Amino acid sequence: MQTHYSDLLVIGAGLAGERVACEAAQNGFKATCLSIVPARRSHSSAAQGGMQAALGNCAKGDGDCPDVHFIDTVKGSDWGCDQEVARLFADTAPIEMRRLAHWGVPWNRVVPGKSTFFKGGEKFEKYEKDENEGLITARSFGGTAKWRTCYTSDGTGHAVMCTMDNRCAELGIDVFDKKEAVSLIHDGETCTGAVVRCLRTGELEVFLAKATAICTGGFGRIYKATTNAVICDGGGHIIAHDTGVVPIGNPEAIQFHPTGIVPTDILVTEGCRGDGGTLLDVNEERFMNIYEPDKAELASRDVVSRWMTHHMRQGKGVKSPYGEHLWLDIRHLGNEHISTKLREVDEICHHFLGVDPRHELIPVRPTQHYTMAGIRTDKDGSAYGLKGLFSAGEAACWDMHGFNRLGGNSLAETVVAGGIIGAKIVEFLKGYETTFNTQTINQAVIKQRERIENLIRGKNGRLNVYEVRNEMQEALMKGCFVFRNQQGLEECVETLQGTLDKAKRVGLVSDGTGPNYELAAALKIKGQVRLALCIAQAALQRTESRGSHNREDYPERNDKDWLNRTLAYWPENADMPELSYEDTTAKFEIPPGDRGYGGGTIIPADEGYVRDRTVESPVNELGTKK
Amino acid sequence: MGRQLEFEIFRFNPQKQGDVPRMQTYVLEETTNMTLFIALNRLREEQDPSLVFDFCCRAGICGACAMVINGRPGLACQTKTKDQPGKITLHPLPVFKLVGDLAVDTGVWFREMYDKTESWVHTSRTFDPAAQEERMDNAVAEQIYELERCIECGCCVSACGTARLREDFMGAAALNRIARFVVDPRDQRTDSDYFEIIGNDNGIFGCMGLLACEDVCPKGLPLQNQLGFLRRKMGITAIKEIFRK
Repeated sequence: MQTHYSDLLVIGAGLAGERVACEAAQNGFKATCLSIVPARRSHSSAAQGGMQAALGNCAKGDGDCPDVHFIDTVKGSDWGCDQEVARLFADTAPIEMRRLAHWGVPWNRVVPGKSTFFKGGEKFEKYEKDENEGLITARSFGGTAKWRTCYTSDGTGHAVMCTMDNRCAELGIDVFDKKEAVSLIHDGETCTGAVVRCLRTGELEVFLAKATAICTGGFGRIYKATTNAVICDGGGHIIAHDTGVVPIGNPEAIQFHPTGIVPTDILVTEGCRGDGGTLLDVNEERFMNIYEPDKAELASRDVVSRWMTHHMRQGKGVKSPYGEHLWLDIRHLGNEHISTKLREVDEICHHFLGVDPRHELIPVRPTQHYTMAGIRTDKDGSAYGLKGLFSAGEAACWDMHGFNRLGGNSLAETVVAGGIIGAKIVEFLKGYETTFNTQTINQAVIKQRERIENLIRGKNGRLNVYEVRNEMQEALMKGCFVFRNQQGLEECVETLQGTLDKAKRVGLVSDGTGPNYELAAALKIKGQVRLALCIAQAALQRTESRGSHNREDYPERNDKDWLNRTLAYWPENADMPELSYEDTTAKFEIPPGDRGYGGGTIIPADEGYVRDRTVESPVNELGTKK
Repeated sequence: MGRQLEFEIFRFNPQKQGDVPRMQTYVLEETTNMTLFIALNRLREEQDPSLVFDFCCRAGICGACAMVINGRPGLACQTKTKDQPGKITLHPLPVFKLVGDLAVDTGVWFREMYDKTESWVHTSRTFDPAAQEERMDNAVAEQIYELERCIECGCCVSACGTARLREDFMGAAALNRIARFVVDPRDQRTDSDYFEIIGNDNGIFGCMGLLACEDVCPKGLPLQNQLGFLRRKMGITAIKEIFRK
């Protein structure tokens, strides 16, 4: 068996993982990255929009600064975030964007002079200043006070991913692809690496390290309908959670997007609705104007997703072999608009549906999009529970997103958090030595080898992994999706308990040799169902509505009882997660208030509690810059 | 009821003792808007869990699912079954090392290419976190991005006559990569530096000009233009070198 050794082992080689690795390598430490796919195929590369950073270079970004970015982020999180982390993030983002420019990202730049832009279907003019020519420019995104989203045409994630991977090559970092971590090596207190399955040969290998960072992205694939890549299946969360001592933070915080196309759930941009597209039901009639007379299709992501789900529940969905959906209609926008302003949508319709959006309707449904939930870390990125274990990016609940993430903040987080946490890991490595216990390592390997053999031989049963997975995905879609209520969540928990039992009795149909995918699926099914149970149980307990977590039976945001973060542990041999809670933030720069959108009532927090934690800040308590 | 699609799929698991390469036939009923992503996953989940193939983004962005579809390299995720005949033949990409069935090892090939082309901005400047960013012309930024759109799917390499004949040929993806740095003002390498890398039969002079690379590129990259651009530039560099001697 091969054993690899490094100072830092990074599991996941997307933007967060590679950024962490670069920081360690630049400081003279040996960093190794593992990835299921070649690094540039990471889901980071699929992000088209951009990265938020308050550079304030473009005309509509005039007057922007990290304080305003901080305010937007805290409001966006529905006061669910750690404000110290949001502050760290907003202050560092501009530096990281400039660093990326230095490393080679071809950011779009300010072009001086007059130009036009669209807002709500109306045309406006803007003037870019001569003195800002050639500086990094920005575009507009939902939920932000200023134009702040740095971008590279329609392929920001791809461009930044290329640059980051180039940087890894330059620094000589070993990035091993087709390697999947199947368990952490730990003694209950300290993490010393991972047991890894090679996806070329099927062999097990051991990667030992002084520090291990999990940067494996989100786990959208445990839902049936998700915009996530097929690799976003929770592998990193599962190996951390499996230790029994590392909690998942805010598992109930899952974001949904209204317009994933059916069947493949690829995202079509919010711009369709922004430019005047409408949503239609099975009778090809509009419905958003009934539920939201003022904003109709232009209400916020969660609101539109909610009403779409409601409308389908009323029997107005379109039946298809892939489940029910609704229609998005952009036919009336005309050929010119679709060919120019919505080119990407046109291409998606053409390539993946064979639909011409000029004459045909686009099948859409609300779709899982982002996991604010993740491996709970402190503000240094250090995971709760195990020394030497870190996490960054979407995999982590570092917690700058709280209960709702703003567009452009996820891609920015990967790199900004990767830099900050990478530097903290360097600090950790500088003052740290560890010993590798051969018994602990052997036991970890033997345990995985036994699991694999048992699955191949069907020792625990012969249930089909894909059927069990489908049952889990459907349970989440039914009870734990856009809308939640007590009855639905109780049913969901009950179903998932049955599913967990089945997950323990899975066996392979194929022989499992070599790069076998059924085995990969079978190895993580139990962990996936556990994650699903964490979501459902945490959502059942949280009797309020905050950000993306929406309880029909508790529509108000309850700061009095729920200004806290869920921690979901899974002790060894337990049948259900153990939930505990901690304060959302140790310090308030902005005391809890109204987000300014989404409506809803707030049950206020205890005044003394808030007053004691409120600190001196460049922003005032109304959430504006002083 | 939809068509009964017949899939003829290349099978070989190099890790399995005694396994031999062969074609295997599967039948699947076509559904609305079916792509090869949907079809192959259904085959694996409902009929044959031993099938090996790669998908990642399934949205034409990452390049994981390139394979030879009815004789032509392309992305399986954006291939709709309704555009194909009732019988669909699938092979793995040639040139790259076979992982199993339809999956090939593009990762190692491309990583070696980064090392050969030194695929990063070469600069003596250091980053100053306190300073404003260096300015760049927006048109130049867009030009760089146009060349950086390569998703490393490997279609161009597997469709290349020279690459099929010679293992050491760098292929269109590598030449496109060099072009990306040539147009980037941040990269301080000179034309002679680039000539060292690609001014030989493994690089620009190995191309037979069959144009298949550009024909099959799912991103529509101007691969032949880049080759022409580099050949002219390198030709001039070569002549300058001769006269200097």
